[in-house]
Amino acid sequence: MSAKNFGFSIHKDRQIDYDKNYREFYYRVKAVEPSISLCISCGNCTATCSAGNFTSMNLRNVILLAARGEVNNLGDNVSACLLCGKCQLGCPRGVNTRNVVIAIRKELKIRRKP
Amino acid sequence: MGKDVLIIGGGIAGMEASAYLSAMGYQVTLVEKANELGGHLLRWERLFPTQRHGKEVLSFLHCGIDGKIRVIKNAEPVAAVTRDDLHIVTLSTGEVITANAVLITTGYKTFDASRKEEYGYGIYNNVVTSADLEEMFSSGKEMLTSSGIVPRRVGFIHCVGSRDEKVGNIYCSKVCCVTAVKQAIELKERLPYAEAFCFYMDLRMYGMHFEELYKEAQEKHGVQFIRGRLSEAAENQDHSLLIKVEDTLTGRPLKMKMDLLVLMVGFEPSDGTQKMAELFHLETGSTRFLKMADEHTSTNVSSVQGVFLAGTCSAPRTITSTITDARAAAAKITSYLSQYSIEQREN
Repeated sequence: MSAKNFGFSIHKDRQIDYDKNYREFYYRVKAVEPSISLCISCGNCTATCSAGNFTSMNLRNVILLAARGEVNNLGDNVSACLLCGKCQLGCPRGVNTRNVVIAIRKELKIRRKP
Repeated sequence: MGKDVLIIGGGIAGMEASAYLSAMGYQVTLVEKANELGGHLLRWERLFPTQRHGKEVLSFLHCGIDGKIRVIKNAEPVAAVTRDDLHIVTLSTGEVITANAVLITTGYKTFDASRKEEYGYGIYNNVVTSADLEEMFSSGKEMLTSSGIVPRRVGFIHCVGSRDEKVGNIYCSKVCCVTAVKQAIELKERLPYAEAFCFYMDLRMYGMHFEELYKEAQEKHGVQFIRGRLSEAAENQDHSLLIKVEDTLTGRPLKMKMDLLVLMVGFEPSDGTQKMAELFHLETGSTRFLKMADEHTSTNVSSVQGVFLAGTCSAPRTITSTITDARAAAAKITSYLSQYSIEQREN
């Protein structure tokens, strides 16, 4: 049976609902790489990112979404990372950015397992 | 010398300026409307960025109040006239004081947070101000919400009554950002399992060691910072709060539950400062603080001859800045009373 057209559609809520989100994710990544908490969202990493020139990879946003527990779309982002480490050279707060990416990749894999 | 200086307001600036002017040989009268010297410093338990006790700075200031300074408590000026460069000031006690120079150190008051009605101060029990939180800290009691539970999540809202044209205060109050960081750290030290969030427009960590404190909050205490201005707070049935902000760095609206909400209230000119502006016919700037004769070169000089300014009656200041400003005012008054023509120097 085909879906009925009622003349309207429903959009997914764009709001970040922190209380319903997967907040533990960030704390698990932080346990592996504590320097993630030092990020000040300056965007230096993203500006220097080679992968970011061609893909949606944006480390500033990845860290921020992880902190909010918005983990559903992180996979596409971090999978594009080349682990070249340019971001780490520029980070003014000394975040171990490569290890943040590696830790996020690992956590996402763990989560995907049933 | 034998000249008289009247200092109005016995807070940090008034106490420090009294000490310096008395040490320089002037006869100083310090008038304070409360029954105790110290002003706002009496209410702040710990100070940024070192977490030292406010009492330590207060006892330092008290050391400067020597026996030669005449301290009049429980009194305030009610009338002032000028005759031949002499300022004749009548106090609420009926006493009349004649002075060659007057220093205004009447300071600030904190913004009345209930004016931001959408934040719920005075409506919801678990919305408090930074000053209230400081009192909770100094009371030494266990930190509990109004429902008697230990708060698991606490939000600090920056810029309440500052940088806000809707309440008529366009200026930055300078101390609230770092105070929020300081209080978030203190909260985490008391309640290590609570989450602490700061909601800011910009983080103004301009002072020496402020940025280190901010980093310590992130690194050691896990305080999280979300860039966005609170739009509204609503109360849940269990008296916790639901807050709505835009998380401007992800570009999406965000909502979360808070057990306790702390409003970082800004500076406004105190009632005493406004009253002194009327009594002495002092000009005020667009921000309602007392106007300095020159923003760079004559910061302690008011618009009236022989009347000087120090501390937060002229602008929001840190304690450090207030103390140095009081000393600068003492030097300025000395140059005025000794008719040293430093004001008339050529460029």
